[in-house]
Amino acid sequence: MLLPNTRSQTRRTLTATGWLLRRMHLDGPLLAALAAVVAFGLFVLYSATGENFGQWLNQLERLALALVTLVALAQVPPAWLRRISPLLYAIGVVLLVAVAVHGSVGNGAQRWLDLKVVRFQPSEIMKLAVPMMCAWYLHERPLPPSWRDVAVVMALILVPSLLIAKQPDLGTALLVASAGLLVLFLAGMSTAVIVLGLAAVGAAVPFAWHFMHDYQRQRVLTFIDPSTDPLGAGYHSIQSQIAIGSGGVFGKGWMNGSQAQLEFLPERSTDFIFAVIGEELGLLGQVFLIVLYLIVIGRALYMASEAQNTYARLVCGSFALTFFVYAFVNTGMVSGILPVVGVPLPLVSYGGTAMVTLLASFGVLMSLNSHRKLVGA
Amino acid sequence: MMRAVRIKDHWGEQRLFTGRTVFAGIASALLLLIVIGRLFVLQVVRHEYYADLSQGNRVRLEPLPPDRGLIYDSNGTVIAENTPAYQLEITPEQVVDVPDTLQRLAAIELIDAEQVPTLTRLVRSGRKFEAIPLRLSLSDADMASFSVHQHEFPGVEIQTRLARWYPFGHEAVHALGYVAAISEDDLQHIDRDQYAGSALIGKIGLESAYERQLHGTAGHRQVLVNAQGRRVDRLGTTPVHLETLPPHAGNDIFLGLDMRVQHIAEEALAGKRGAVVAIQPETGDIIALASVPTYDPNKFTRGISTREYSVLRDDIDRPLFNRALRGTYPPGSTVKPMMALAGLQYGVIDPNASRPCHGYYTLPGSTHHYRDWKKDGHGSVDMRHAIATSCDVYFYGLAEVLGIDRVHDALTLLGFGKPTGIDVGGERAGLMPSQAWKMQTYKQQWYPGDTVIVGIGQGYLLATPIQLAHAAAIIAARGRSFQPRLVTAVRDASTGRITKLAPVAETPLVLNDPGMWDVVVQGMEMVTEAGGTAVAATRGAPYRIAAKTGTAQVFSIGQNEKYNASQVSERLRDHALFIAFAPADAPKIAIAVLVENGGHGGSVAAPIARRIFDAYLLGKYDTDTPAPPPALPALPALPPPPTEH
Repeated sequence: MLLPNTRSQTRRTLTATGWLLRRMHLDGPLLAALAAVVAFGLFVLYSATGENFGQWLNQLERLALALVTLVALAQVPPAWLRRISPLLYAIGVVLLVAVAVHGSVGNGAQRWLDLKVVRFQPSEIMKLAVPMMCAWYLHERPLPPSWRDVAVVMALILVPSLLIAKQPDLGTALLVASAGLLVLFLAGMSTAVIVLGLAAVGAAVPFAWHFMHDYQRQRVLTFIDPSTDPLGAGYHSIQSQIAIGSGGVFGKGWMNGSQAQLEFLPERSTDFIFAVIGEELGLLGQVFLIVLYLIVIGRALYMASEAQNTYARLVCGSFALTFFVYAFVNTGMVSGILPVVGVPLPLVSYGGTAMVTLLASFGVLMSLNSHRKLVGA
Repeated sequence: MMRAVRIKDHWGEQRLFTGRTVFAGIASALLLLIVIGRLFVLQVVRHEYYADLSQGNRVRLEPLPPDRGLIYDSNGTVIAENTPAYQLEITPEQVVDVPDTLQRLAAIELIDAEQVPTLTRLVRSGRKFEAIPLRLSLSDADMASFSVHQHEFPGVEIQTRLARWYPFGHEAVHALGYVAAISEDDLQHIDRDQYAGSALIGKIGLESAYERQLHGTAGHRQVLVNAQGRRVDRLGTTPVHLETLPPHAGNDIFLGLDMRVQHIAEEALAGKRGAVVAIQPETGDIIALASVPTYDPNKFTRGISTREYSVLRDDIDRPLFNRALRGTYPPGSTVKPMMALAGLQYGVIDPNASRPCHGYYTLPGSTHHYRDWKKDGHGSVDMRHAIATSCDVYFYGLAEVLGIDRVHDALTLLGFGKPTGIDVGGERAGLMPSQAWKMQTYKQQWYPGDTVIVGIGQGYLLATPIQLAHAAAIIAARGRSFQPRLVTAVRDASTGRITKLAPVAETPLVLNDPGMWDVVVQGMEMVTEAGGTAVAATRGAPYRIAAKTGTAQVFSIGQNEKYNASQVSERLRDHALFIAFAPADAPKIAIAVLVENGGHGGSVAAPIARRIFDAYLLGKYDTDTPAPPPALPALPALPPPPTEH
């Protein structure tokens, strides 16, 4: 008697939810996957901050702000987004120059621009603006892009990336550049060019070495052999691997990671939070998060492939893959297969800016995706 | 010519894009799989390795020093105990520049500036992760001045530790010895694991001789530390299981020493330089062992300063010198009963036969006069009277008849010329000469004249006060001999069981005619009777005392000079000696008293022995200066140690 009734009730609820999501231009599966990551992140963060409830509330606040941004951007019509892309890019470059000229120094690097009301990092805007600008440029042009188009797009990528790298913020520069390059890749840039490009990067390594800051060089050196400086630059890497390795399959238990709780693990709540997961929740916890990431990336890539026009496809694809780059670089660095670069664990690490930028990118992605029927109609 | 214009091929672009997307998706999945593979290596393949590293990071072993065993006297009074004290410690691995830190500690007067080089070496020779004590007992003012400067001294901490406390202060220090800070030399020959966390080690006396018993077994506990090396109480939400291996306290030792008698002995010697050793003849237990002047061992346990130490070391009266065990003196006339025993043992003399004494003795064929202390001589004396009046001529002759080698053999059985074997270190052997000894030492033959003066305890013969007391005890026990000892029982700290130690019997001295013991004992009893040399000091005693006085020359006087005490510099005056046992018929206590440059044994040394006998046998502990009440140093309040949660 009750069962059919309940089922119909459930169906009705689901239908209602689906209707609401569609009205809000939101993608249910992607939102669910993101919610799972964020919830897991908040759970881990409480332990990783050493039960600092204040920090945890801060993170919750930023999460709320990021969610509002996501929903708001999802409402913006795709055509508008495309049209404002060059403007956004231009503003971003101007701000980067402004930071270079007189920005405030935080954490040893010049990243912040103090606008009295808010202090923010213009480089974060570029994480969205660069791929949007590249996609905007390629939108009207026939693909795969010609040599000339590739050159133009490369210039569009390099200018902000170098400005950011100069701050110096290698992690963000890397993310911004990869977001742009991923647009080129998705646009069908010939494999020959990619191979040539990789060769060029290889050839540029000595030059890059020359322009690197000492601490950046040290990071590369200690990545190659962390034991050369176990208490200095190699300390992060060694302690994070001890944390992960000592966690084992099941971990030491939530809030019971000695590496994390006794502060042997540096930056436990920010860049190295993945090691806290490894120590306290074990291999299972880490694999669980990576699977969630793969669901997010997979769903986002699927949405990209469903997109109606070139601009939408390229932006969506780039955002999806940039999210992957975040996840891969951070987990790779924390587990010791990549050098230490300042890239947070997406949607988990403490810190609001990356959270807002990431969810904003998913807002754009949903907007570009959900409006396609209207565009098609 | 029209330029070839590429037209947007929407379907082609879509296919291209889809292909790239699929490729990227697969690549992403593969790269994240590599990360998972890496995690698998860390968490499964190498898990144990990293688990060990993590454990090593967070858990430190903290030594738990054992409580040192206590020392009790024969009445069960504690004479060496442990009291909490605040100690300044340094952990080398947490200090960047050790000499600089020590200099700065000296600058705020927490340590002695002169000790900086010594302490630097000590800190360097210790283990990096173990705290090393710099100062043993901090005063209120020290605590205050350190807490003001604490932040300037990372790696330097105040710890509560048990320190040694000797409630009787300077009394019995030459038996007890003392503990003091473990030195660089000590570190060379101790088991460092057993002394981790201990600041003190026995340096001398019983504290050193019974170090193994008293020290106990060190334990340790695991403590949780954070990345700054600070101790933390818990990890996250749950308390952590940490192992503790408790230390085992050292064993308590019980002495035959009676502090009430000891107090009388030290008081009677006060202001003099001398020694008293009192022994139970039936067991060899030491009842009192005093050497005066003395010093306060508590100065050493709390860390003696260089200045304080040099005052003690350079004192002309040498308070650090243990006269009872290490002072060697000519025994003087106190050797006469033993000479008599030698004569009786070898049967060379009839004790009842009287011999003439004209005030001097000459060897056959010599004109040299060996003078008697009584210028006109004692007339005609037998053995008993010779002992009672201390007739020199009688014993000159006896020694001459015996010859040095028989004297040597007999007196060796009485303990001369070899350590008595008392259970503390540092004892001297004295000197029991023989023909062979002289030949070996001086490449000279032995002259009869050398023998003659040994007969009255002069010449080459040297003995320590404990040897004299030991010999007196052998006579009191009529030949039975027990090794002198301080410790009579040991209490096992873990079981609480007291093990009494059996007296250590030595080769007895057997006379051919045991009845002859009476002759010597009677002679010694006559010393305290009318006409004897110690009659004044022993008058009125309700028990009988067998004794012998002695007055030993420190420097020799010419053939025809007369010794005049008032004309001789105080340091060159005769030593006053006295040996005795009482009650004479059933001896319970045998004693040797020595007063350096004291003059006559009968008038200076004998009254000291009398007071000790009265105390031990009659319970007369009335003193002029009551023993200082055992006051413990007040303990200042300790600020709570910094811990992080």
